[in-house]
Amino acid sequence: MFGPLVCKPGSSRNNKTGSWRIGLRPKFLKTNCIGCKMCALICPEDCISGEGKNTFDVDLAYCKGCGNCAVICPKKDIVMVKEEGVKE
Amino acid sequence: MKEFLEGSLAIAEAVKLCKPGVVSAYPITPQTHIVEELASMVANGEMKAQCVNVESEHSAASVVLGGVAAGVRSYTATSSQGLLYMAEVVYNFAGLRLPIVMTVANRAISAPINIWNDQQDSICLRDAGWIQLYAETLQEAVDLHFIGYRLSEDKSIMLPVMVCMDGFILTHGIETIEIPPQELVDKFLPPYVPLYKLDVENPMTLGPLVDPDYYAETRYAIEETQKSVLDLLPKIMKEFNSVFGRSYNGLIEEYMVKDADRVIVAMGSVCGSVKDIVDELRAKGKKVGLLKVMSYRPFPAQAICDALKNVPRVAVLDRALSLGSFAPLSSEVRAAFYGKKKAPKSIGSYVIGLGGRDITKDSIKEVFSLMTKDKQTQFIDLKPELLKEKYE
Repeated sequence: MFGPLVCKPGSSRNNKTGSWRIGLRPKFLKTNCIGCKMCALICPEDCISGEGKNTFDVDLAYCKGCGNCAVICPKKDIVMVKEEGVKE
Repeated sequence: MKEFLEGSLAIAEAVKLCKPGVVSAYPITPQTHIVEELASMVANGEMKAQCVNVESEHSAASVVLGGVAAGVRSYTATSSQGLLYMAEVVYNFAGLRLPIVMTVANRAISAPINIWNDQQDSICLRDAGWIQLYAETLQEAVDLHFIGYRLSEDKSIMLPVMVCMDGFILTHGIETIEIPPQELVDKFLPPYVPLYKLDVENPMTLGPLVDPDYYAETRYAIEETQKSVLDLLPKIMKEFNSVFGRSYNGLIEEYMVKDADRVIVAMGSVCGSVKDIVDELRAKGKKVGLLKVMSYRPFPAQAICDALKNVPRVAVLDRALSLGSFAPLSSEVRAAFYGKKKAPKSIGSYVIGLGGRDITKDSIKEVFSLMTKDKQTQFIDLKPELLKEKYE
């Protein structure tokens, strides 16, 4: 009989850590964005991406809802909103 | 072929026949001769293995752990303080389910430093998940290496095996030993095929951090596998007997136990001496016997109960201690009878032969005579005159 002993690479791709999010998720308003990339750079999960103004968004499959992007955004163009419905 | 050999050199011959690819060890008395001989075999080109010199037992164990993790049969040996120093890695072998055979030349533990034989070193690692087999004779010690690798590498087991042989008494004793030919060993012991291995073509992590969601199952699996060894080991021994012409029972050996009214339970080389006394006392009409425990881990509780259930008085010899509690072997023999209707009237506990103190015929006869008085844990051959030191 054996217990779990071995890990193969790629497990973080399979493990959708967005399920850890509790309560709040970021909402990208895409109205006053200047494309400074601060949200993408500060994201500890590296799950925010975009090219140019008003294009940035989050991959909710990996976002843990820390809220760093909403705090760092100089234009207050990202807000934390309550989770609604099924988590993505 | 029968050869007149020192124990350590015979073990080296046996290990060579098992064809390990990695050998690493740090010398410590009384294990030194084994690895010294293996090192010269490798240097002389008689053995195709990588012999890795290291600076400590902790490193030696880590090197061979790496060897097995990379899919290569490996070997190491140690004793006493060396075993304690590698203890952390010893646990890892079982935890990672990496099979290996390690010879432990049983020796006392410091302090005070003492290089002579008792079994405190291997006994203190009884809970590490290793299979522990104790040899009575040199031939047994040699054979247990073949059996050890075969058992250890069985796909359903994959647990490390410690072959425990009494330091000096067996490692430095000289006996006529049958060293089997390579073809016979190859027939009994196929090449090692790992279940998983470290390989750049197929990357994986062995032994990652596991959180409370996973840990208990890894331990439960070892516990269950240890239990299954109780079934598999006698089968492997049977096959070994038929290939090599021996008569090992597997877990325990009963010597004149059937009709006995007094039986000593013991492990290791002292069993040979007890058998001599049993013969002497039997010649005088006394119904005495010996139960040898060969496999201490897994502990063959059921086999011991079956063998001793009709014996009125039992004495367990321990060459080790659990300071502050009952001696290890005796407490487990007693525990085996918990809740059983048929059990000996008394199971005495006797600590004997610590730090290489000779176990004479008189010592064993004393145990047989004390047994009738139903006393609990006692030290045999204790010198009360040495206990009068005053340090105020």
